[in-house]
Amino acid sequence: MRQTGPVAYDSKIEGNVIITRLDAAINWMRSNSLWPMPMGLACCAIELMAASSSRYDISRFGAEVMRFSPRQSDVMIVAGTVTYKMALAVKRIWEQMPEPKWCIAMGACASSGGMYRSYAVLQGIDHLLPVDVYVSGCPPRPEALLDGLIKLQKKIMTEHSVRDQKKALAEAV
Amino acid sequence: MTVEQALARLRESPHSEAMLSEAEFRGEKSLSVKIESLPGLCKFCRDELGFDYLIDIASIDHFGDYPRYEIVYELYSMASGLHLRLKTLVPDEDNPVAPTVTGIWPTADWHEREVYDMMGIRFDGHPDLRRILMWDGYPFFPLRKDFPLEGKRSEMAEVAFTDVAPLAGGPFVTAPTDGTTQVREPRARRAGDDLPRDKFVAEP
Repeated sequence: MRQTGPVAYDSKIEGNVIITRLDAAINWMRSNSLWPMPMGLACCAIELMAASSSRYDISRFGAEVMRFSPRQSDVMIVAGTVTYKMALAVKRIWEQMPEPKWCIAMGACASSGGMYRSYAVLQGIDHLLPVDVYVSGCPPRPEALLDGLIKLQKKIMTEHSVRDQKKALAEAV
Repeated sequence: MTVEQALARLRESPHSEAMLSEAEFRGEKSLSVKIESLPGLCKFCRDELGFDYLIDIASIDHFGDYPRYEIVYELYSMASGLHLRLKTLVPDEDNPVAPTVTGIWPTADWHEREVYDMMGIRFDGHPDLRRILMWDGYPFFPLRKDFPLEGKRSEMAEVAFTDVAPLAGGPFVTAPTDGTTQVREPRARRAGDDLPRDKFVAEP
Protein backbone atom coordinates (compact mmCIF):
# COMPACT_ATOMS: atom_id res chain seq x y z
CA MET A 1 0.00 0.00 0.00
CA ARG A 2 1.38 3.34 -1.08
CA GLN A 3 2.00 5.87 1.70
CA THR A 4 1.26 9.54 0.98
CA GLY A 5 3.90 11.86 2.34
CA PRO A 6 4.39 15.61 2.67
CA VAL A 7 4.73 17.69 -0.46
CA ALA A 8 8.17 17.58 -2.05
CA TYR A 9 9.27 14.81 0.21
CA ASP A 10 12.05 12.85 -1.34
CA SER A 11 13.25 9.97 0.74
CA LYS A 12 16.53 9.83 -1.15
CA ILE A 13 17.74 13.24 -0.02
CA GLU A 14 15.50 13.96 2.97
CA GLY A 15 17.52 15.01 5.97
CA ASN A 16 20.54 15.91 3.94
CA VAL A 17 19.73 18.56 1.35
CA ILE A 18 17.39 21.55 1.44
CA ILE A 19 17.16 23.84 -1.54
CA THR A 20 16.08 27.40 -0.85
CA ARG A 21 17.17 30.99 -1.21
CA LEU A 22 19.81 32.29 1.20
CA ASP A 23 17.58 35.22 2.15
CA ALA A 24 14.71 32.92 2.93
CA ALA A 25 16.83 30.64 5.07
CA ILE A 26 18.58 33.39 7.02
CA ASN A 27 15.42 35.41 7.50
CA TRP A 28 13.56 32.30 8.61
CA MET A 29 16.18 31.66 11.25
CA ARG A 30 16.30 35.25 12.36
CA SER A 31 12.58 35.82 12.53
CA ASN A 32 11.90 32.74 14.59
CA SER A 33 14.57 33.45 17.15
CA LEU A 34 14.11 37.10 18.05
CA TRP A 35 15.68 37.79 21.39
CA PRO A 36 14.02 40.84 22.89
CA MET A 37 15.66 43.64 24.81
CA PRO A 38 12.87 44.49 27.24
CA MET A 39 13.05 48.26 27.53
CA GLY A 40 10.30 48.39 30.12
CA LEU A 41 9.75 51.96 31.20
CA ALA A 42 6.17 52.07 32.47
CA CYS A 43 2.98 50.07 32.76
CA CYS A 44 3.40 48.54 29.28
CA ALA A 45 6.23 46.54 30.80
CA ILE A 46 3.66 44.71 32.95
CA GLU A 47 1.87 43.59 29.80
CA LEU A 48 5.23 42.67 28.31
CA MET A 49 5.82 40.45 31.33
CA ALA A 50 2.36 38.96 30.90
CA ALA A 51 3.14 38.24 27.25
CA SER A 52 6.16 36.21 28.32
CA SER A 53 4.26 34.33 31.01
CA SER A 54 2.49 31.03 30.63
CA ARG A 55 -0.94 32.18 29.46
CA TYR A 56 0.27 34.14 26.43
CA ASP A 57 3.66 32.48 26.14
CA ILE A 58 5.75 34.57 23.78
CA SER A 59 8.06 31.55 23.40
CA ARG A 60 5.56 30.09 20.93
CA PHE A 61 7.00 32.67 18.54
CA GLY A 62 10.62 32.20 19.50
CA ALA A 63 10.98 35.46 21.40
CA GLU A 64 11.07 34.25 24.97
CA VAL A 65 14.75 34.86 25.60
CA MET A 66 14.58 38.25 27.28
CA ARG A 67 18.09 39.56 27.27
CA PHE A 68 19.01 42.28 29.68
CA SER A 69 22.25 42.77 27.83
CA PRO A 70 21.82 44.74 24.61
CA ARG A 71 24.73 42.87 23.04
CA GLN A 72 22.71 39.65 22.96
CA SER A 73 19.44 41.16 21.75
CA ASP A 74 17.79 41.34 18.36
CA VAL A 75 14.66 43.36 18.96
CA MET A 76 14.19 46.21 21.39
CA ILE A 77 10.67 46.36 22.75
CA VAL A 78 10.24 49.92 24.01
CA ALA A 79 7.43 49.41 26.49
CA GLY A 80 6.42 52.61 28.20
CA THR A 81 6.80 56.35 28.51
CA VAL A 82 10.15 57.61 27.29
CA THR A 83 11.04 60.71 29.25
CA TYR A 84 13.69 63.04 27.94
CA LYS A 85 15.83 62.07 30.90
CA MET A 86 15.67 58.43 29.78
CA ALA A 87 15.72 59.07 26.03
CA LEU A 88 19.47 59.16 25.47
CA ALA A 89 19.94 56.10 27.68
CA VAL A 90 17.48 54.23 25.46
CA LYS A 91 19.37 55.40 22.41
CA ARG A 92 22.68 54.33 23.88
CA ILE A 93 21.33 50.85 24.62
CA TRP A 94 19.93 50.72 21.09
CA GLU A 95 23.33 51.57 19.69
CA GLN A 96 24.92 48.83 21.79
CA MET A 97 22.73 46.22 20.13
CA PRO A 98 24.48 44.41 17.27
CA GLU A 99 23.08 44.43 13.76
CA PRO A 100 20.68 43.20 12.55
CA LYS A 101 18.27 44.76 15.02
CA TRP A 102 14.66 45.77 15.08
CA CYS A 103 12.48 47.90 17.28
CA ILE A 104 8.90 47.52 18.46
CA ALA A 105 7.28 50.64 19.92
CA MET A 106 4.82 49.13 22.36
CA GLY A 107 1.90 51.27 23.40
CA ALA A 108 0.77 54.84 22.92
CA CYS A 109 3.58 56.49 24.87
CA ALA A 110 6.44 54.83 23.04
CA SER A 111 4.70 55.40 19.70
CA SER A 112 3.66 59.01 20.10
CA GLY A 113 4.11 60.24 23.64
CA GLY A 114 0.62 59.05 24.43
CA MET A 115 -1.33 61.21 26.80
CA TYR A 116 1.83 62.93 27.96
CA ARG A 117 1.91 66.07 25.86
CA SER A 118 4.49 67.41 28.20
CA TYR A 119 7.81 69.18 28.60
CA ALA A 120 9.25 65.99 30.07
CA VAL A 121 8.19 63.25 27.63
CA LEU A 122 9.66 62.40 24.24
CA GLN A 123 6.83 62.47 21.72
CA GLY A 124 7.47 59.03 20.31
CA ILE A 125 10.61 56.92 20.34
CA ASP A 126 10.77 57.25 16.54
CA HIS A 127 12.33 60.66 17.13
CA LEU A 128 15.45 58.75 18.18
CA LEU A 129 15.36 55.23 16.74
CA PRO A 130 14.00 53.61 13.59
CA VAL A 131 10.83 51.80 14.64
CA ASP A 132 9.66 48.72 12.71
CA VAL A 133 6.34 48.00 14.38
CA TYR A 134 4.03 50.24 16.38
CA VAL A 135 1.62 48.52 18.73
CA SER A 136 -1.38 50.60 19.73
CA GLY A 137 -2.99 50.45 23.13
CA CYS A 138 -2.65 51.97 26.55
CA PRO A 139 -1.29 49.54 27.48
CA PRO A 140 -1.68 46.99 24.68
CA ARG A 141 -2.86 43.56 25.68
CA PRO A 142 -0.33 40.73 25.30
CA GLU A 143 -2.20 39.54 22.21
CA ALA A 144 -1.51 42.92 20.60
CA LEU A 145 2.18 42.61 21.35
CA LEU A 146 2.23 39.10 19.94
CA ASP A 147 0.46 40.41 16.84
CA GLY A 148 3.14 43.09 16.53
CA LEU A 149 5.80 40.45 16.92
CA ILE A 150 4.26 38.32 14.17
CA LYS A 151 4.07 41.40 11.94
CA LEU A 152 7.74 42.00 12.62
CA GLN A 153 8.53 38.40 11.72
CA LYS A 154 6.68 38.84 8.43
CA LYS A 155 8.60 42.05 7.81
CA ILE A 156 11.90 40.32 8.48
CA MET A 157 10.96 37.64 5.94
CA THR A 158 10.80 40.34 3.26
CA GLU A 159 14.19 41.84 4.02
CA HIS A 160 17.43 41.31 2.20
CA SER A 161 19.29 39.43 4.84
CA VAL A 162 22.83 40.33 3.87
CA ARG A 163 22.62 43.35 1.60
CA ASP A 164 20.97 45.67 4.12
CA GLN A 165 23.43 44.73 6.77
CA LYS A 166 26.61 46.66 7.11
CA LYS A 167 25.12 49.21 4.75
CA ALA A 168 26.53 52.05 6.74
CA LEU A 169 29.90 50.36 6.78
CA ALA A 170 29.83 49.75 3.03
CA GLU A 171 28.86 53.35 2.37
CA ALA A 172 31.68 54.55 4.60
CA VAL A 173 34.17 52.40 2.70
CA MET B 1 -3.75 66.93 72.37
CA THR B 2 -5.82 68.57 69.67
CA VAL B 3 -4.63 70.93 66.98
CA GLU B 4 -6.24 73.84 68.89
CA GLN B 5 -4.19 72.98 71.96
CA ALA B 6 -1.06 72.73 69.81
CA LEU B 7 -1.77 76.14 68.32
CA ALA B 8 -2.44 77.56 71.77
CA ARG B 9 0.93 76.31 72.92
CA LEU B 10 2.49 77.93 69.86
CA ARG B 11 0.81 81.24 70.71
CA GLU B 12 2.21 81.13 74.24
CA SER B 13 5.68 80.24 73.01
CA PRO B 14 8.35 82.73 71.89
CA HIS B 15 7.45 81.75 68.30
CA SER B 16 4.11 83.52 68.53
CA GLU B 17 5.54 86.60 66.86
CA ALA B 18 6.37 84.49 63.78
CA MET B 19 2.72 83.55 63.36
CA LEU B 20 0.94 85.79 60.90
CA SER B 21 -2.52 84.29 60.52
CA GLU B 22 -4.49 81.12 61.04
CA ALA B 23 -7.11 79.55 58.83
CA GLU B 24 -9.33 76.51 59.06
CA PHE B 25 -10.83 74.59 56.19
CA ARG B 26 -12.80 71.39 56.73
CA GLY B 27 -11.19 70.84 60.08
CA GLU B 28 -7.65 71.35 58.82
CA LYS B 29 -5.62 74.11 60.38
CA SER B 30 -3.29 76.25 58.30
CA LEU B 31 -0.81 78.61 59.82
CA SER B 32 1.00 81.39 57.97
CA VAL B 33 4.42 82.10 59.36
CA LYS B 34 7.28 84.48 58.70
CA ILE B 35 9.91 82.88 56.53
CA GLU B 36 12.90 83.97 58.60
CA SER B 37 11.59 82.29 61.75
CA LEU B 38 10.39 79.14 59.99
CA PRO B 39 13.15 76.73 61.10
CA GLY B 40 12.81 77.67 64.77
CA LEU B 41 9.06 77.28 64.63
CA CYS B 42 9.38 73.94 62.84
CA LYS B 43 11.82 72.73 65.50
CA PHE B 44 9.34 73.74 68.19
CA CYS B 45 6.57 71.89 66.33
CA ARG B 46 8.65 68.75 66.19
CA ASP B 47 10.16 68.76 69.68
CA GLU B 48 7.40 70.27 71.80
CA LEU B 49 4.21 69.57 69.84
CA GLY B 50 5.12 66.12 68.51
CA PHE B 51 4.88 66.80 64.78
CA ASP B 52 7.50 64.19 64.00
CA TYR B 53 6.58 63.58 60.39
CA LEU B 54 6.85 65.98 57.45
CA ILE B 55 4.36 64.66 54.93
CA ASP B 56 5.18 66.94 52.04
CA ILE B 57 6.53 70.27 50.93
CA ALA B 58 4.60 72.02 48.18
CA SER B 59 5.24 75.27 46.42
CA ILE B 60 2.80 77.71 44.86
CA ASP B 61 3.42 80.24 42.12
CA HIS B 62 1.15 83.27 42.57
CA PHE B 63 2.12 84.55 39.14
CA GLY B 64 1.40 88.26 38.77
CA ASP B 65 1.05 88.70 42.50
CA TYR B 66 3.47 89.78 45.16
CA PRO B 67 5.10 87.89 46.81
CA ARG B 68 5.13 85.45 43.97
CA TYR B 69 6.18 82.20 45.64
CA GLU B 70 4.74 80.40 48.60
CA ILE B 71 5.89 77.20 50.28
CA VAL B 72 3.52 74.89 52.13
CA TYR B 73 4.67 72.37 54.74
CA GLU B 74 2.37 69.55 55.76
CA LEU B 75 3.14 68.32 59.25
CA TYR B 76 1.81 65.22 60.93
CA SER B 77 2.09 63.74 64.38
CA MET B 78 2.43 59.99 64.37
CA ALA B 79 1.58 59.73 68.07
CA SER B 80 -1.57 61.84 68.19
CA GLY B 81 -2.63 61.83 64.53
CA LEU B 82 -2.68 65.62 64.26
CA HIS B 83 -2.21 67.46 61.01
CA LEU B 84 -0.93 71.00 60.69
CA ARG B 85 -0.19 73.03 57.59
CA LEU B 86 2.45 75.75 57.61
CA LYS B 87 2.53 78.35 54.86
CA THR B 88 5.25 80.86 54.21
CA LEU B 89 5.74 83.46 51.52
CA VAL B 90 9.08 83.80 49.77
CA PRO B 91 9.78 87.51 49.40
CA ASP B 92 12.36 87.78 46.61
CA GLU B 93 10.89 86.99 43.21
CA ASP B 94 14.12 87.08 41.19
CA ASN B 95 16.18 85.02 43.60
CA PRO B 96 13.74 83.09 45.78
CA VAL B 97 15.49 81.58 48.79
CA ALA B 98 13.97 79.80 51.77
CA PRO B 99 15.65 78.32 54.84
CA THR B 100 16.03 74.57 54.82
CA VAL B 101 14.32 72.25 57.30
CA THR B 102 16.49 69.23 56.47
CA GLY B 103 18.08 69.50 59.92
CA ILE B 104 14.66 69.04 61.51
CA TRP B 105 13.12 66.41 59.25
CA PRO B 106 15.68 64.53 57.11
CA THR B 107 12.90 63.69 54.64
CA ALA B 108 12.83 67.34 53.67
CA ASP B 109 16.00 66.69 51.65
CA TRP B 110 14.24 65.24 48.61
CA HIS B 111 11.11 67.37 49.04
CA GLU B 112 13.20 70.53 48.90
CA ARG B 113 15.12 69.21 45.92
CA GLU B 114 11.83 68.69 44.14
CA VAL B 115 10.65 72.20 44.97
CA TYR B 116 13.95 73.55 43.70
CA ASP B 117 13.76 71.46 40.54
CA MET B 118 10.19 72.33 39.61
CA MET B 119 9.80 75.86 40.99
CA GLY B 120 13.32 77.20 41.27
CA ILE B 121 13.21 78.12 44.95
CA ARG B 122 16.62 77.62 46.51
CA PHE B 123 16.97 76.32 50.05
CA ASP B 124 19.61 77.96 52.16
CA GLY B 125 21.64 75.36 54.05
CA HIS B 126 20.43 72.34 52.10
CA PRO B 127 23.21 69.69 52.08
CA ASP B 128 22.81 68.60 48.44
CA LEU B 129 20.61 70.91 46.42
CA ARG B 130 20.57 69.27 43.00
CA ARG B 131 17.71 68.70 40.63
CA ILE B 132 15.84 65.50 41.38
CA LEU B 133 13.49 64.93 38.43
CA MET B 134 15.07 66.81 35.55
CA TRP B 135 18.76 66.47 34.86
CA ASP B 136 21.51 68.75 36.10
CA GLY B 137 21.85 71.55 33.63
CA TYR B 138 18.21 71.70 32.55
CA PRO B 139 17.72 75.43 32.17
CA PHE B 140 14.07 75.89 33.16
CA PHE B 141 11.74 75.42 36.12
CA PRO B 142 8.74 73.67 34.61
CA LEU B 143 6.06 74.23 37.25
CA ARG B 144 6.33 78.00 37.12
CA LYS B 145 3.25 79.63 35.67
CA ASP B 146 5.22 81.39 32.93
CA PHE B 147 6.58 78.07 31.66
CA PRO B 148 4.45 76.93 28.73
CA LEU B 149 2.56 73.67 29.03
CA GLU B 150 4.07 72.29 25.83
CA GLY B 151 7.57 72.86 27.17
CA LYS B 152 10.57 74.64 25.75
CA ARG B 153 13.38 73.47 23.55
CA SER B 154 16.64 72.76 25.33
CA GLU B 155 19.80 70.94 24.42
CA MET B 156 22.63 69.68 26.54
CA ALA B 157 24.94 67.81 24.24
CA GLU B 158 25.49 64.12 25.10
CA VAL B 159 23.34 64.46 28.22
CA ALA B 160 19.77 65.24 27.33
CA PHE B 161 17.49 67.39 25.27
CA THR B 162 13.88 68.48 25.28
CA ASP B 163 11.53 69.52 22.53
CA VAL B 164 8.23 71.31 22.28
CA ALA B 165 5.28 68.92 22.49
CA PRO B 166 2.53 69.37 19.88
CA LEU B 167 -0.55 70.18 21.92
CA ALA B 168 -3.07 70.07 19.05
CA GLY B 169 -5.62 72.16 20.86
CA GLY B 170 -4.51 71.03 24.26
CA PRO B 171 -4.28 67.68 25.95
CA PHE B 172 -7.57 66.60 27.44
CA VAL B 173 -9.08 70.04 27.15
CA THR B 174 -12.81 69.81 27.44
CA ALA B 175 -14.75 72.13 25.19
CA PRO B 176 -17.84 73.75 26.72
CA THR B 177 -20.66 72.38 24.57
CA ASP B 178 -23.74 70.33 25.24
CA GLY B 179 -22.43 67.48 23.11
CA THR B 180 -21.49 64.03 24.20
CA THR B 181 -18.14 63.22 25.73
CA GLN B 182 -16.73 62.36 22.35
CA VAL B 183 -17.74 65.74 21.00
CA ARG B 184 -16.47 67.63 23.99
CA GLU B 185 -13.18 65.73 24.16
CA PRO B 186 -12.20 64.76 20.63
CA ARG B 187 -9.26 62.45 20.26
CA ALA B 188 -7.27 64.83 18.09
CA ARG B 189 -7.99 68.48 17.56
CA ARG B 190 -5.90 71.32 16.29
CA ALA B 191 -6.18 74.79 17.72
CA GLY B 192 -8.96 76.63 15.92
CA ASP B 193 -10.72 73.50 14.69
CA ASP B 194 -14.48 73.57 14.78
CA LEU B 195 -16.06 71.03 17.05
CA PRO B 196 -17.54 68.15 15.08
CA ARG B 197 -21.07 68.46 16.44
CA ASP B 198 -22.71 66.02 14.09
CA LYS B 199 -19.94 63.43 14.23
CA PHE B 200 -19.09 60.82 16.81
CA VAL B 201 -22.62 59.91 17.76
CA ALA B 202 -21.64 56.55 19.17
CA GLU B 203 -22.71 57.69 22.61
CA PRO B 204 -26.47 57.94 23.19
